[in-house]
Amino acid sequence: MANHRTGRLAAIALAGALVATGCGADAGSDPAGAVSTETAQSGTSGRGQLDCATGALTASGSSAQANAIAAWANAYQGACPDATIDYQPNGSGAGVQDFINAQTAFAGSDSALSSAEKAEADARCAAGPAIDLPVVGGAVVAAYRVDGVESLVLTPQLLAGIFADAVTRWNAPEIAAANPGVALPDAPIVHFHRSDSSGTTDNFTKYLSATAADAWTFPGGKDWSAPGGQGAKGSDGVANAVASTPNSIGYLELSYARSAGLRSAAIDNGAGPVEATSASAARTISQAEVVGSGHDLVLSLDYATKAPGAYPLVLVTYEIACERGGDPETAQLTKSFLSYVVSDAGQSVLEEIGYVPVEGALLDKVRAAVDAMSV
Amino acid sequence: MGTTPRLDPALATSPDEDASRQVLGPAERRGDQVFRAVSRGAAQLILLLLAAIALFLVWRAFPAFQANTASFLTTTAWFPDQDPPVFGIAALAFGTVLTAAVAMVLAVPVGYGIALFTVFYADRRVGAAAGFITDLLAAVPSIVFGLWGLAVLQPHLGGLGQWLNTYLGAIPLFRNDSGLYTKSILVAGIVLAIMVLPTVSALSREVFVRVPATHVEAALALGATRWEMVRASVLPFARPGMVSAAMLGLGRALGETIAVALVLSAAFDVSWQLSEPGGNTFAANIALKWNEAGPIGLSALIASGLVLFALTLAVNVTARAILARRARFSGGAA
Repeated sequence: MANHRTGRLAAIALAGALVATGCGADAGSDPAGAVSTETAQSGTSGRGQLDCATGALTASGSSAQANAIAAWANAYQGACPDATIDYQPNGSGAGVQDFINAQTAFAGSDSALSSAEKAEADARCAAGPAIDLPVVGGAVVAAYRVDGVESLVLTPQLLAGIFADAVTRWNAPEIAAANPGVALPDAPIVHFHRSDSSGTTDNFTKYLSATAADAWTFPGGKDWSAPGGQGAKGSDGVANAVASTPNSIGYLELSYARSAGLRSAAIDNGAGPVEATSASAARTISQAEVVGSGHDLVLSLDYATKAPGAYPLVLVTYEIACERGGDPETAQLTKSFLSYVVSDAGQSVLEEIGYVPVEGALLDKVRAAVDAMSV
Repeated sequence: MGTTPRLDPALATSPDEDASRQVLGPAERRGDQVFRAVSRGAAQLILLLLAAIALFLVWRAFPAFQANTASFLTTTAWFPDQDPPVFGIAALAFGTVLTAAVAMVLAVPVGYGIALFTVFYADRRVGAAAGFITDLLAAVPSIVFGLWGLAVLQPHLGGLGQWLNTYLGAIPLFRNDSGLYTKSILVAGIVLAIMVLPTVSALSREVFVRVPATHVEAALALGATRWEMVRASVLPFARPGMVSAAMLGLGRALGETIAVALVLSAAFDVSWQLSEPGGNTFAANIALKWNEAGPIGLSALIASGLVLFALTLAVNVTARAILARRARFSGGAA
């Protein structure tokens, strides 16, 4: 009850703050802003206060970002008790369709809208375009279980060779050359891929096509297209398969590899091996080129990056929302929630749960896009 | 079955009517009318539902059939959201039938055995307990079977696969060229076998219980052993029911989804080598691809569902046909 009342208070205080600033970047001196920072403090430390809105919001899409949105929704609802965020992780494709059919306020998607989808989504939004906002990053790692091998370096060529069944033994000379001093076993490589459709597969194969085109000749996409290897369902399925199979390797998202206690290979794009961490992956994402127009921030990742300390095998997932229009209350809540998502507080949540935050100039662009959203 | 010989004149005129109505006198009571309407409605509702499902599947599958640039029946790939879309059900149909066949080969004899044991061999109380425990298997959620198959059963089947390869490797079914024995049709088939076991054993037990005691006692009185009695008086009487039990089990094996999706490697290949990683089924493929499928992808999955629907329908019709044919010369047991 008490909690509820402070929420009300915060909401009232916010109303003032909202008038003053779009996203409250420097509302610290504003007394109203200060009150709301204090009362709505759970989950928001760092940048500005939380601009609470009220009502209920439904969204759906990518299951890859389900944990991130759950954490955000939890923190947001804790701070803004009059708001409800409901996210259905029913898959990117279904999420985009739900958004186009105006059943949801925003969609989570592993890939930006295709040109056909963009046209339909623009038509749905009517008052303004539909925009792709890259807010959740991730790192795909090659997790392995080779007993006795503490660290492993793989080049794009080696990754492509292993997953295309061209490099079949752990002690192959190519692998040994990239790992001087490592005692590699004389054993066949067992490799696992995703048996279900997945954005992880899409990004992994895109990376291989971009960096090792001669060794990787299979079509990309969300479905694994190379022969050989074994499929497992979901990132957790791949993690379990690798963990329970000696001399195996599989690609999966960083957070799953961590929680399964698996080692992952450092990747050498040509400028020295880089370990997969949230920080090293964030470096690659923040250098991505924006190819969308206006506030539609579609990214083109530089998989072949040779920047020092940048882990190249990354993915970006988007929230897709209308820039303008729609039901005013829902639009207000969408904007408020996304403002929290792109705040320092929101982005710092990502690292804790194994995702990769968006940083630097790119984050500024995303914030500008969210600020420009209007009813 | 289902006739009460006491009321012959009434039965002769209206064999479809419930005999007890005649005993009560008045031709139609309100209760009868209501009950008949309700039961007729229920029966018609099933037909309506089936027709609606078929219609829905055809309607939603249509865009995929139009968009497909490869042969739907013979292609062994599944890239419906690619441009141009390429997909076909050959690998799915093959894997579905092969996993179900492995399951049936393993489950049917054991299921009959359990049923025979519980009815004719075991002490009444032991038999009842054994039957009860087998039925409990049917209550285990299929995802549990899948996880168990993946985490517990699969690691222990490597030895079986190796043994089959070593001693029966001349037969393509048992050969293994990959050296890997996980995520195979064999594992999935064994998991499925355990899943259909309660269906087969419970239904055939019901049939065995109905074998007239006079037949059994007559055989025993003539000096038949237990096995001779089963062969001479039980099996001929129960055969249609046993076929029906196996067919219902087959239906479950064909349609099982999540356990198979977890266990199989989901490869789009047509390979007879049971113990190698690979294999895929209609239902598992739908479960694996549905979430991230685009518009044509969804439609293509529904098209594959339509084929599974037709396949299960064919299985059931076959079972009925066998039943009807057998019923004529086994004393109208069905």
